[in-house]
Amino acid sequence: MRKLIGVLALVMLFAACKSNTTKVLPIYGNRSAETKTVNGQQITDTVYQTVPAFKFVNQYGDSVGSKNLKNDIYVADFFFTSCPSICPVMQRNMLNVYNAFKDTADVKIISFTIDPKHDTTAVLKKYADKLGVSGNSWWFLNGDKDKVYDLATKSYLVGVTQDSTAAGGYVHQGYFVLIDKQQRIRGSYDGTDPKQVDQLIADIKTLKAEPVSK
Amino acid sequence: MKGKIIGGICLLVFFAMIYSCQSDSSIEYSRYYSAGAVVYQSHCQNCHGDKGQGLNGLIPPLTDTVLFKGYNNKLACQLKNGISGKISVGGRNFEGTMPALDLSPIEMAQVITYITNSFGNKQGIFTDDQVQNALKNCSK
Repeated sequence: MRKLIGVLALVMLFAACKSNTTKVLPIYGNRSAETKTVNGQQITDTVYQTVPAFKFVNQYGDSVGSKNLKNDIYVADFFFTSCPSICPVMQRNMLNVYNAFKDTADVKIISFTIDPKHDTTAVLKKYADKLGVSGNSWWFLNGDKDKVYDLATKSYLVGVTQDSTAAGGYVHQGYFVLIDKQQRIRGSYDGTDPKQVDQLIADIKTLKAEPVSK
Repeated sequence: MKGKIIGGICLLVFFAMIYSCQSDSSIEYSRYYSAGAVVYQSHCQNCHGDKGQGLNGLIPPLTDTVLFKGYNNKLACQLKNGISGKISVGGRNFEGTMPALDLSPIEMAQVITYITNSFGNKQGIFTDDQVQNALKNCSK
């Protein structure tokens, strides 16, 4: 009996500890250590991979980019409007994210087209209208193809390539990438899987509750 | 022990009776329908959705039961040749393209049977022969 009480107490202690820790999302990507001198003291700090500055054109014809996203958490994905394969299911799932956060000022969705030649501003606007997207919480961005592909593969870690043998002419991964206010990658989710997208919605809430460092 | 065995046999006979009650045609229908569900998942569901709901103004839903009445021959041709241009579904206009699907006539028959008996539709079986006939008369 005494043993049992002991075990019980241990379990309860453990449970108590667990409930006190708030969940923090991991930080993904490459990292390096940087040593700098502050007030005559040597300080070593971790430098995380961040998304570099970019500037493209959204569906309203406005020139927007990383400067406009400085104080935002955002979800990035890569698509093209004439995509016959995974895009419809991705956008159907992304609509859930949109509906959950469209009235939240500091959460945005950025969809980069990987077919900028076809997906002009007018095409993107029409697409957004038909999808039922209005306002500025979900941007569809058209930009220089090489820059977009570079951003996708190096910064958001999403594979995209042009391939004439593939349906629609492009191959791309359906990841939704979660970026925090310091432009760091905090999560990557399979945009074709509704369960992972539910997790993304939960993680955005976790990230919003995180105290902002710096 | 004896009672259990007899009970078991009675149960078996009971199920066998139910099974034999299903007519040949309804077995055929079930076969088409369940095979059609698999074809739907791999060729149609990405765009038209798991409930045939479509995608807002981009992709038409498959829930327009009025449109689908007497539409089967046309559906077969649309599966074979794809669709482009404007189309009105459920009182809304859609435009864009549906790619031609590389399906055999039997797969078309299965998926048409599935679609026209799901999402609120109830039209019964559409057979392989009916598809072959429909494909002969597609307007190009």
